[in-house]
Amino acid sequence: MSTDEQPGQAGNPPPGQHGPGADGEPQAAILSLDQLSLSFGGLRAISQLDLQVDDREIVSVIGPNGAGKTTVFNVITGVYQPSSGDVRFAGRSIVGQPPHRIARLGIARTFQSLRLFLNMSVLENVMAATYGGTRATPAESILRLPRATREEREVRALAEEILSFFGQRLAGYRWDQPAYSLSYANRRRLEIARALATRPRLLLLDEPAAGMNPVETHEVTELVGRLRDERGVAILIIEHDMHVVAGVSDRVVALDHGIKIAEGGFDAVAGHPAVIEAYLGRHPEDLAEAN
Amino acid sequence: MSAYPHGPPDSQEPLDILENPPGSRGPQVGADEWVARQAGRREYLPSWLGTTQRQFERIGFWPKLAIVGLAAAVLPAVGLGGFQLQVGIDTLVIVLLALGLNIVVGWAGQLDLGYVAFFGFGAYAFALLSSAQIGAHGIHLPAYLSVPLVLIGAAALGLLVGWPSRRLVGDYLAIVTLFFGEAFVEFTNNVAPSVLGGPNGITGIDPIRGFGLQLNSNTGYYYLLVILVVLTMAVLRRLDTSRTGRAWRAVREDPLAAESMTIPVNRVKLMAFAFGAVVAALAGTVFAAQQISVFPTDFDTPVLILIYAALVLGGAGSIAGAATGALVVMIIYDGLLRNGNYAGYLFYGLILLTLLVKLRPWRRLAAVLAATAALGFAAHAVARAISASAVAGGPHSTGWVGAALRDWVIVPANAQTAGNWGYVLLVCLLIALVQVSSRWRTILLPPTLCLASFVWETKLSVEPAITRQLLIGAILIVMMNARPYGLLGTRRVETPI
Repeated sequence: MSTDEQPGQAGNPPPGQHGPGADGEPQAAILSLDQLSLSFGGLRAISQLDLQVDDREIVSVIGPNGAGKTTVFNVITGVYQPSSGDVRFAGRSIVGQPPHRIARLGIARTFQSLRLFLNMSVLENVMAATYGGTRATPAESILRLPRATREEREVRALAEEILSFFGQRLAGYRWDQPAYSLSYANRRRLEIARALATRPRLLLLDEPAAGMNPVETHEVTELVGRLRDERGVAILIIEHDMHVVAGVSDRVVALDHGIKIAEGGFDAVAGHPAVIEAYLGRHPEDLAEAN
Repeated sequence: MSAYPHGPPDSQEPLDILENPPGSRGPQVGADEWVARQAGRREYLPSWLGTTQRQFERIGFWPKLAIVGLAAAVLPAVGLGGFQLQVGIDTLVIVLLALGLNIVVGWAGQLDLGYVAFFGFGAYAFALLSSAQIGAHGIHLPAYLSVPLVLIGAAALGLLVGWPSRRLVGDYLAIVTLFFGEAFVEFTNNVAPSVLGGPNGITGIDPIRGFGLQLNSNTGYYYLLVILVVLTMAVLRRLDTSRTGRAWRAVREDPLAAESMTIPVNRVKLMAFAFGAVVAALAGTVFAAQQISVFPTDFDTPVLILIYAALVLGGAGSIAGAATGALVVMIIYDGLLRNGNYAGYLFYGLILLTLLVKLRPWRRLAAVLAATAALGFAAHAVARAISASAVAGGPHSTGWVGAALRDWVIVPANAQTAGNWGYVLLVCLLIALVQVSSRWRTILLPPTLCLASFVWETKLSVEPAITRQLLIGAILIVMMNARPYGLLGTRRVETPI
C-alpha cells in the first residue's frame, strides 16, 4: 500500500483537523480519539492525543519505549479510563464501557507480552473468543437444545476458518494441541486468530513482529496486509520493526511522552526532525546552537 | 518502498535445511508437532503401562462414564455391604463435592475456601424442610419439592457470596471465602438453637421420599448417589465443552485476555460459584437424608481439606480426575484407616513397595531387608533379656501381621510414652535419611524401618484419627512430587502475569 499523503501533512495538524478524513466532508473514521489524556498521579501518560483510523485503513503507531503506545491501546479497549477526552468507535463514545463490551462492539486486540490461554487447545483459544457473539445459556448447552448445537457448530466452523487463514503455519493437526506447545511465532499468530474470532471491525496489534526472525517478520508484513484486504478490518498497529511499519502503513503516527509528535506517510514521519530527536536525542551541534 | 531491498526472503528456503532426510517420517526436529510429540511421550509411563494408558485414553468420555457407572452399580451385588457400603456412600458424597469444587477451582481458577459451607447449607436446608424442627409439626416436604428448593437456595447463596468477592483474586479471595466457611460453622453453632440445634445439630431427618417411594436402606442411598454422580459428570462434561466451560477456563488462564475477548469475567466467575454451590448442596441433601442427622462439625475445615486433597490428588480441571482423587482419598481415609488391620496392610505394604521400587541393585535391597529383620529380632531378644515389661505390650496389629511381628517389634507396657518419643526420633531419622549420602542411607535404613514399625504399633495404629491425616499428607507430598498436576490432570504451564 503506497502512502498517498503529502509530506507536508506530517507534524501536528492544526486543532480540530485530524488526518486525511478531515477534508471538510463528514468523517468516515471508524475510530477517533479526541483530545485524549491520561494521567497516573503526576505522570501524564497521554496528553491531548488526537488520532483517527478510517475504515479498512492501516495506521502504525511508533515511538521510543515508554512513549505511551500500549497505554493508548489500553484506553481504547477500556482497560484504563481516560482522565479527559473521548474515544469514539463507529460514531459512538465508548468511554466507560467495560472491556468485554468494547470487544463485543468490534475492537479486538493482541498483547505485546503474549496472553494466550496456554492450557487450552489451539482451537479452544479461538472458540473462547466467540463467547460474546453467542447466546446459548448453560441449560441449553447441557440439554443440547437447537440453539446451543447450532452455535457450537457455527463457532467451530468459524474457528477452523480463521485458523485456516494462517495456512500451513497453524495447520489442522495442531488444533488439538495445547497452546503452550506452540512456538513463539505461532503463539503470536494464534493471538491474532483469537482476536479475529471476536469478528472485529478494528484490530489493535501490539508489536506483532516482536521477537521474530526476518522470515517471520516478512510474513507478518504480508499477514497484516491480507487481514485488511481479505477480512476487511481496519488495523492500528504498534511496531518497532521499521521494515514492517514501512511495508504495511497507510499512515504513521509517532508518539513521545504521550504526545503526538508527527503524523503522515512513513517517509515523512521517519524523516521528521522531532521523530529523529525522540529516538536519537538532539545533535550536539544543535544543542550548542540552542544554547 | 520495499522492506527488503534485495527482495523478500523465500519463506520456504531456510526451513528446508532443517527438513528430515527423505524417507524418514514424522515432523522435523524442533517444530511444534515435534515438541508436542516429545512432551506427549514424557506424559506416559514407560513400556506396556504407557501403551495401556494410551489405549485407555482412546476410549471416549461417554463409554468410560457408562463403564464406570455400571461397575459402581454392580459392586453391592458382588458383596459390598455393611461397613464397606457406608464407605462407598461417604466416598460418593466426596466425589460429588470434588466435582463441584472442580468447577470453581479447577475450571474457573477461583481459590474458594468457603466451599464446604455450601455443602453444609444443602444439608441444613434439607434438614429444616424434612424434619420436625420448624413449627408445631415441622415441615415434611417430599424430596421432589425440598431438593429443588434447596438447590435454588444454594445457587442464590453462591451468587450472594460471589458478588462481593468477584473482584478479589488469589489470596484475597481465599481469605474472604475461608471467613465465609468459618462463619457458617459459627452460625449453625450459635444462632437460633431451637431451630438449628446448636452443637447438637438436627436429628430425625426424613429419608429421601416422594411419589410413594422412600429410601430406607444404605443400598438405596448408594444407588441414588451412583445415579447422581453419573448425572453430574454428564452435565459437567457438556458444560465443559460448551461456551460456558471455555469461558471458565479462559478466565482461569488469563482474566485480562478473557475480558478483552468478549468474555464478561465477573459474570462468568459468579456462574462458576453458583454451579459449584448447587453441586455441593446436592451432596448435602443426600448426606443429611442418609445420616438422618446433621451437626456443625460435619461441615468444618477438615472436610474442606479432604475435598481439596481429593481434587488436587486427582488433578484439578479434570472431571475424571476429581472423581478418581475422591475415590483414592476416601478409600485410604475412610475404608482402610477405620479398620486397624487394613491400615496395617496399607502401611507395611507401602513401605515394602517403596523399598522395592527405590532400592537398587537387588543385593542392596536383600541386605537391607535381612538387616532389618535381624536387627528387630536381636533388639527384641536383648530387650526381653533386660526386662520382661519392655516387651509386654505386644503389637497393636492383629491377625497374621501381628503374629509375624510379635517377636520382632518391641512394644513396652507403657506404649503411649514410648511411642511419643519414638515418633519424634523417627521424624529426626527420616530427615537425616534424606540428607546423608547413599552409603549412610543404607546403614541407617534398617534401624529406621524398625523404628517406623515400633511407632506404628505403639502410636499410629492406636490413634487412627491422627494417622490418616498424616498418611494423606504424606501421599499428597509424594504425589505432588511425582505428578504435580494430579493423577488424571493434564500437564499445566503457569501463565506469566
